[in-house]
Amino acid sequence: MTTTMIGPDPLAGPAEEVRHFVDDEIVPHADEWDRAERIPRELLGRISELGLWAPFLPPEHGGSAMPWTHVGRVHEEVGRGCSSVRSLLTVHTMVAGTVQRWGTDEQRARLLPALATGELLGAFCLSEPDSGSAADASGTVAVADGDGWTVTGTKKWITGGQIADLLLLFARTGDAMSAFLVPADTPGITVTPLTGMMGTPGSMLAQIDLDSVHLDAEALVGPENWAAGTVMTGALDLGRFSVACGSVGVIRACLDACVDYTTRRQVKGTGLAELPLIRRKISDMVVSSRAGRLLCAEAGSLKDAGDPATIMASWVAKYYASTAATRASAEAVQIHGANGFSPEYPVARLYRDARVAEVIEGSTELQQLTIADEAYREARR
Amino acid sequence: MTDPTDYRAPIREFILNRFPGFELRDEDDIFALGFVNSLFAMELVMFVEKTFQIKVPNNEIRLDSFRTVERMGDLVARVTSGGRAPVL
Repeated sequence: MTTTMIGPDPLAGPAEEVRHFVDDEIVPHADEWDRAERIPRELLGRISELGLWAPFLPPEHGGSAMPWTHVGRVHEEVGRGCSSVRSLLTVHTMVAGTVQRWGTDEQRARLLPALATGELLGAFCLSEPDSGSAADASGTVAVADGDGWTVTGTKKWITGGQIADLLLLFARTGDAMSAFLVPADTPGITVTPLTGMMGTPGSMLAQIDLDSVHLDAEALVGPENWAAGTVMTGALDLGRFSVACGSVGVIRACLDACVDYTTRRQVKGTGLAELPLIRRKISDMVVSSRAGRLLCAEAGSLKDAGDPATIMASWVAKYYASTAATRASAEAVQIHGANGFSPEYPVARLYRDARVAEVIEGSTELQQLTIADEAYREARR
Repeated sequence: MTDPTDYRAPIREFILNRFPGFELRDEDDIFALGFVNSLFAMELVMFVEKTFQIKVPNNEIRLDSFRTVERMGDLVARVTSGGRAPVL
């Protein structure tokens, strides 16, 4: 038992391997990747070797049938090391989870084994230059053209877009939304890297332009004209869960950095660790990491049970963990003083990355509205 | 249990539990009533699958199958009877 873990880790075996992987192969390089705005292919290959791209898939599709509670712990560990890497896992999870849940038998057989190994990397293409949280304002349009679809539009802020092989693309089909699985090298698609981002710059964001892109009829995934209530909500639910777990990892990284720094740092002959106001900040990080993990565990076990309550549980977990990560990382910068702003310490990166989690997969404000709506509904029972 | 009407009560109860105070008839279009958002639609799909221990096949995942309590009951009957019930 430690300050951030109660009892044995549910990931007993795999967790050790993942923890060592993060400590040895991610943490030492996270700042370098942040500056380079790129995750090296070698690291992505290591994720493949460890079977971490989509371990929730069944063995017949190349996964290990890992429960969602365990997947969450993997994403937490990776998030502790580098949110850009965790972001790539997040969007890949959303794509692989979509194919598993809504794909046809043919789509599952064709795509899941390659998604499980990372031979195909997925990207979730919903946001546009003029629509983020308001997904129903999508300007990308798919028009039936006889033997398939013609898609035109622009997707923006696409995590992993620079390296993705398979796009989960949302487009308007008449008055409603539909979802499509699109190879990134389809003629008519242009991928433009987006650089200079404040947070998770290593997640290799891209703008994706679609100029009269022809898709076969088989590209459709899930129900035509009902993606909003099925594919999109299901994928975003997985995304929120992953971001929540990754945010818990960020809090733990802040805690580790601050305990280390305050243990060594002296002010007028007194260790920073002895100052009561520092100890309060440390305590808050301990408590928020444990509370966040419990909320993630609740959402994960509800997913494992197929319980619809997992959707609201993921909203709650993501809201709590992402806002707590912002608080923890802001305090971490504060504790480090001027050093906190320096590239010599990881806390500035942790702060920038934490802020991203409050925007993606539903902004904090959207979460506040949604969670409050649920409270008022319950009060009427 | 193969009569579609047998499946309606838990579905109706789930909806009314989330949206208390509604006068909901089994033939009412819950999407047209305006209170069903995308989040609840996904919850509905999951509820039907978990409660009746079924996997709704892809060709049944469509808005019309979930439009009313009556149609959701028919859907469950079709899936549990191996597709013998009439398709909407």
